[in-house]
Amino acid sequence: MTVDHRHSHLESVRSALSVLVYPLQYLVNTPFMVTRWAKDSFVTHESLLSENERLRKEQLLLSSKLQKYEILETENERLRRLLESSFKLGDKVVIAELLAVNMQPFRHTVVINKGKREGAYDGQPIVDANGIMGQIVHVGPFSSTVLLITDPTHAIPVQINRNGLRAIAVGTGLSQSLQLEYLPNNADIEKGDLIVSSGLGSRFPPGYPVGVVIDIMLDPAEPFAKVKVAPSAKLEQIREVLLVWPNDYVRIGFYSSDYAVNQ
Amino acid sequence: MNTEKQHGGGVIFFSFIVALMLTAMPLPEWAINWRPAWVAMVLIYWCMALPHRVGIGVGWLLGIFLDVLQGTLLGQNAIGLAILAFLTLKSHQRVRMYPLVQQALVICLFVVVYQLLSLWVRGIMGIPPRSWTYWMPAFTSMVLWPWLFIILRDLRRRYHVS
Repeated sequence: MTVDHRHSHLESVRSALSVLVYPLQYLVNTPFMVTRWAKDSFVTHESLLSENERLRKEQLLLSSKLQKYEILETENERLRRLLESSFKLGDKVVIAELLAVNMQPFRHTVVINKGKREGAYDGQPIVDANGIMGQIVHVGPFSSTVLLITDPTHAIPVQINRNGLRAIAVGTGLSQSLQLEYLPNNADIEKGDLIVSSGLGSRFPPGYPVGVVIDIMLDPAEPFAKVKVAPSAKLEQIREVLLVWPNDYVRIGFYSSDYAVNQ
Repeated sequence: MNTEKQHGGGVIFFSFIVALMLTAMPLPEWAINWRPAWVAMVLIYWCMALPHRVGIGVGWLLGIFLDVLQGTLLGQNAIGLAILAFLTLKSHQRVRMYPLVQQALVICLFVVVYQLLSLWVRGIMGIPPRSWTYWMPAFTSMVLWPWLFIILRDLRRRYHVS
């Protein structure tokens, strides 16, 4: 147990055993897949039409927004080139699906149906349509385990979108809140501030939304402010998630941790 | 040993598979903490009914599978289930004679021991559970034990597992 906790030697054993466990998880998932399929195939013509209409409008809206973003992106790149700093937008992504499987209670982990075969790796960031969800902690050949950002052992480097103030968002174990650690009482932070990933630590790509500040408790007796953040990602509702390969991914975290173990 | 009497291993295997599946089955948010310790209960039953076939080794192996399934530390459930199997083997002759209600109480105690071991490991890792509902599985296991016992006993008699 100590070996598993402190080092990563047993990761291969776990990954091999996960092949045996995967059929079980798949079986458990099957009834949910079937009900979903049934729901999808017995929808009425009208509801499909209305959904199509809605999606069309959304698509129009998004593509018009995207045009604007493209202009901004090129402008941003040009300005950055003027400043001689490299910054890359756009990452490779793959869509994965959650398996309807409950993991251990009191932890926030989920199983997705992509593994080493699809190129997933340990520590890979996972996002959904609204923001960062978490990172992969165990990779099997066909499936991986994702630690959500709300897990009490998870922390993610973030910055406040409005002014670039850096902080660390730590999971609380409650599914609807994160906490910003070590922000002084006089920090410039307001309710409603958007928190985005800062990309420090080179694990999460920079610039993805993490959450929105919902509550700030200032207690003069405490050295730090208590800032509550509601995660942007719909951690309890979504079925499809995105695996992200950050563009400038050079396996820094991976090698440095290996190096530390070998020393 | 009379090896020709050992049959019905498939039934034991199948019951463990079902227990593992029930452990992974998604439940609504409020019910998650009430999920009985299915694997522990099935293991206790087989240890009690067939102590010469199912024992500490099986418990340990099952625990490793449960660890991989649940994403816990490798060995966290394994040590709990192995010790659970040991306790059951030690007391199976007595517990077998008890009426069902008294058996259920003993099962509650066993599951508490199993959870306590798990709690220690989590405490050492620094991720203790946040609420008292951590202990609910012991209670639900106790309540469901008589039904599980009757189902597994009938299965065992039907398929002559020995």
